[in-house]
Amino acid sequence: MRPRLPVTLVAGLALTALFAAAALLSLVWTPHAVDVLNIAARLQPPGGDHLLGTDHFGRDMLSMLMVGARTSIAVAIVAVGIGMALGVPLGLLAAANHGGVVDDLVMRGNDLVFAFPALVIAILITAVFGPSAFNAILAIGIFNTPVFARVTRGGALSVWTQDFILAARVSGKGAARISLEHILPNIASLLIVQGTIQFSLGILAEAGLSYVGLGAQPPLPSWGRMLADSQTMISFAPHLAVLPGLAIIATVLGLNLTGDGLRDHLDPRLRRPS
Amino acid sequence: MTTLFTRPAWAALAAAAAMNASVALAAQTSITVGMQLEPPNLDPTGGAAAAIDEVVYANVFEGLTRYQADGSVAPALAKSWVISDDGLVYTFSLHGGVTFHDGSAMDAEDVKFSLDRARAEESTNAQKRLFTGIASVDVVDPLTVKITLSNPDGGFITNLAWGDAVIVAPESIEAAKTAPVGTGPFTFSRWVQGDRVELARNPDYWGRPVALETATFKFISDPTAAFAAMMAGDIDAFPNYPAPETLPQFEADPRFRVIVGSTEGETILSTNNKADHLSDVRIRQAIAHAIDRQAIIDGAMFGYGTPIGTHFAPHHPDYVDLTSGSAHDPARARALLKEAGAENLTLSLKLPPPAYARRGGEIIAAQLREVGIGTEIENLEWAQWLEQVFRGKDYDLTIVSHTEPMDIGIYANPDYYFQYDSAAFQGMIGDLKLATDPAERTRLMKAAQRKVAGDYVNGFLFQLARTGVSNAKISGLWENAPTQANDLTGVSWSD
Amino acid sequence: MLSYILSRLVALALSLVVASLVIFVMIEMVPGDPASFMLGLNAAPDTVAALRAELGLGGSPPERYLRWIGGMLQGDFGTSYTYRTPVAELVTARLAVSLPLAVMALLLSTLIAIPVGLYAASRRGGPGDWSVMGLTQLGIAVPNFWFAMILVVIFAIQLRWFSAGGFPGWDQGVWPSLKALTLPAVALALPQASILARVMRSSVLEVLGQDYIRTARAKGLSRRRTLTDHALRNALIPVLTIIGLQFSFLIAGAIIIENVFFLPGLGRLVFQGITQRDLIVVESVVMLLVFAVILVNFLVDIAYGFADPRLRRR
Repeated sequence: MRPRLPVTLVAGLALTALFAAAALLSLVWTPHAVDVLNIAARLQPPGGDHLLGTDHFGRDMLSMLMVGARTSIAVAIVAVGIGMALGVPLGLLAAANHGGVVDDLVMRGNDLVFAFPALVIAILITAVFGPSAFNAILAIGIFNTPVFARVTRGGALSVWTQDFILAARVSGKGAARISLEHILPNIASLLIVQGTIQFSLGILAEAGLSYVGLGAQPPLPSWGRMLADSQTMISFAPHLAVLPGLAIIATVLGLNLTGDGLRDHLDPRLRRPS
Repeated sequence: MTTLFTRPAWAALAAAAAMNASVALAAQTSITVGMQLEPPNLDPTGGAAAAIDEVVYANVFEGLTRYQADGSVAPALAKSWVISDDGLVYTFSLHGGVTFHDGSAMDAEDVKFSLDRARAEESTNAQKRLFTGIASVDVVDPLTVKITLSNPDGGFITNLAWGDAVIVAPESIEAAKTAPVGTGPFTFSRWVQGDRVELARNPDYWGRPVALETATFKFISDPTAAFAAMMAGDIDAFPNYPAPETLPQFEADPRFRVIVGSTEGETILSTNNKADHLSDVRIRQAIAHAIDRQAIIDGAMFGYGTPIGTHFAPHHPDYVDLTSGSAHDPARARALLKEAGAENLTLSLKLPPPAYARRGGEIIAAQLREVGIGTEIENLEWAQWLEQVFRGKDYDLTIVSHTEPMDIGIYANPDYYFQYDSAAFQGMIGDLKLATDPAERTRLMKAAQRKVAGDYVNGFLFQLARTGVSNAKISGLWENAPTQANDLTGVSWSD
Repeated sequence: MLSYILSRLVALALSLVVASLVIFVMIEMVPGDPASFMLGLNAAPDTVAALRAELGLGGSPPERYLRWIGGMLQGDFGTSYTYRTPVAELVTARLAVSLPLAVMALLLSTLIAIPVGLYAASRRGGPGDWSVMGLTQLGIAVPNFWFAMILVVIFAIQLRWFSAGGFPGWDQGVWPSLKALTLPAVALALPQASILARVMRSSVLEVLGQDYIRTARAKGLSRRRTLTDHALRNALIPVLTIIGLQFSFLIAGAIIIENVFFLPGLGRLVFQGITQRDLIVVESVVMLLVFAVILVNFLVDIAYGFADPRLRRR
């Protein structure tokens, strides 16, 4: 058991760091420009001047993947941020009012959001506001909110029953202060783990949305659209469709391994008894 | 008496032999045709969707006249016609013995019903303008119908060839949206919504019988799925094949035949002539010089398409090649922008769904960026495009293929979404409508082409090619697309 | 108990009202007029007006909302603008594809996940556990549309064992229909199976840690017997919960897979409805889906209420 923890965590962190670094690097440098098309040099296989080949417009695939990483990561991070910013306070509020009307309202609202088919709503949102990275964020963020509300509430409820909370109450602290000062720090690791998982789901969701043309708009590269644009060419230029797919898989895998590793490492209470 | 007994036996034998023959020779008599869009309904007189005509035109429904593969118009249900000297009265003689698929006879009353219905006040015919010139439709006798126009119209016979002008019966039209009943060589069998429409040979067809026994139209919107279905042999023909980048693979494969033809689609970078900056002809000219047509044809259409320098089909005899007037010249474009004092321009570029627009848009955005014009790309669905761009005129640039034949007249309408308002051009089109002398018409059409090119109304990109793929053993599919149809009447399988 | 059921009923009704309002407002906000979309570029304004009247698009928003809700309550889900057939008929026809597809995908994922999860749990910490769990991590990370594309290239284009897509219809025989659903079901099942296998593994491990299992082991029951006789049954409860969640996801969530395989399923009906502005279809189908989930939640609540009296006192 012991030696396993670091290995998953390290592997996950390494993969995540690789893509995060590529995304950050793309802000200042890419091997080639991604906004210059060169039709004459299109569909080159990997190797030579273009390490990972060129796409159907002659753009450098490595550069496209780097900027695509930026798009995916940015969309997913902001979406998770929205989910946390809305969900965590709601969850804390519900836990503080456990059994009360507010708790019931929050939980019913949660169930209601969960009852909506997420992808259909995402498509509707883009039909109303037009497709853009921002609206993809909005759609993913909305469906992240109830997840965080539920996790926060669950975690907070178990903290509320502990003795030191009772002590704080006796000392006259209000529910809001207790939530912020005592509950939140105690469920932080839980939220980080959940955040990592939602982050990886966000990457997948962004890929799916931009695959159907609803995410970031051209000329900004995104992995899902790279896949969609090139999949008809899979039999004569397989690298175009395979590489973005592998990038998505590696990033999601990295985040999931990180999440699992963090759960085992940060929060001993979540460890299964052996 | 003997014949009475022997005949059934003979018939059975013949049938058995025929079945054996069909097995031995594998002379296939069914076809599965792929289409990208599913028709919303199957009544060509009640919707604009090209997909309706692509299923039923010439197959299920027929009009008085019809388009042929080469774009010419031929008699269909009308055997012949006589035009009065003043050009106002058309007297059509109909074919006798024509029945609708429900068994009822097609006669002059049905013609009157169909045309009156299309031009009626409450008509929902998408091309109502085709019929507005009709003053009256009169039944002379069951096989003769007389149509009177309010003004002479040289294009009237062509108008009647449109899918929106097919002859329908009052008994069956109400149900035609889901169960079309026409006079054509195929009868409608069934529609599995979301998947396919099936047709079967009409045994009582009045004209030349067709070779196919059944035909299935299958709807596959995704280009990758279309490629896979064709490669896997699920589809026998895809006449409007949506993934030109894969055509070399089909060309290299002896199982397939690639059909490249022309369409009536002038693909243009439509420009809002009343938008800020774009009302300045120098900026429009700069955009024209910034565009590298061949790069767009290569990059977006993988080489399929003919460059155009004006709004006219290159296969038309009166076409003038004006591409040199807007040749790719980034230095010139930059100079023009500087002269117009618009060096930090950002324009909206709103793109409808087809690949020519989405891919072409990315390429044009990059080309404009090279001369210093920024673009904000927005991908729109057709419904949004219609509302924002076409009706709302809330755009700077868009890319669209204008597929109606001979439609340069749209530039004479100042309210059309380009908002091009030129009295000189409107005068030319006015003269053209009245002109009857072929030489004069040619002169006017050439002048009109030069005028819109010289005013740089839009960026003229290329004539859309029609790229199709079929099984190599199929012959008789249309090569060009003079109208949007998949006419299967001449289609057959070899061996 | 009665007051508990009543309070849940009120919550159910309120949820439905809120959901219907949210859906209606969203649909109202979608730009683009169905009638002018259907009539295309050359339509005259009076033609569009005539079609709008024919489709019943008139009236103020509150009127339209009440008409829609009133119709739904009487089982009338409206008539599709584009197909001109009742939405209920369209939904029934599409469910004939979506339902079997979801069932097939779930069966497949369950058949894979339960043995795999059990195996991993029984080899806990060993190389078997390691490699299986690694594979499930990979399975979760693979976007299903990408996996579907790879499946098509291999099995439809290269090997030609399957059609690239499409659905012949159940009246063309059960076997061809099942065959047509195989690749899409596999594509849908992969990530679901991976999730399920992980749930199964941790659930088995949790049960194995319980006292009664230790007792059983102490009494000399073999590891294998303990696992199959005691642990499996109890471990399946969370697994079943996840399967239930996945099922409702699969009914509407297969849009992208239905597109890749051009299947005439419910998801694609909604997607097409949005792009073609057949908004009544979108409105009614989304409402039906939401209703189904809310109803299931309600029934689960009631069942818990019976099982756990403490809940009722809330």
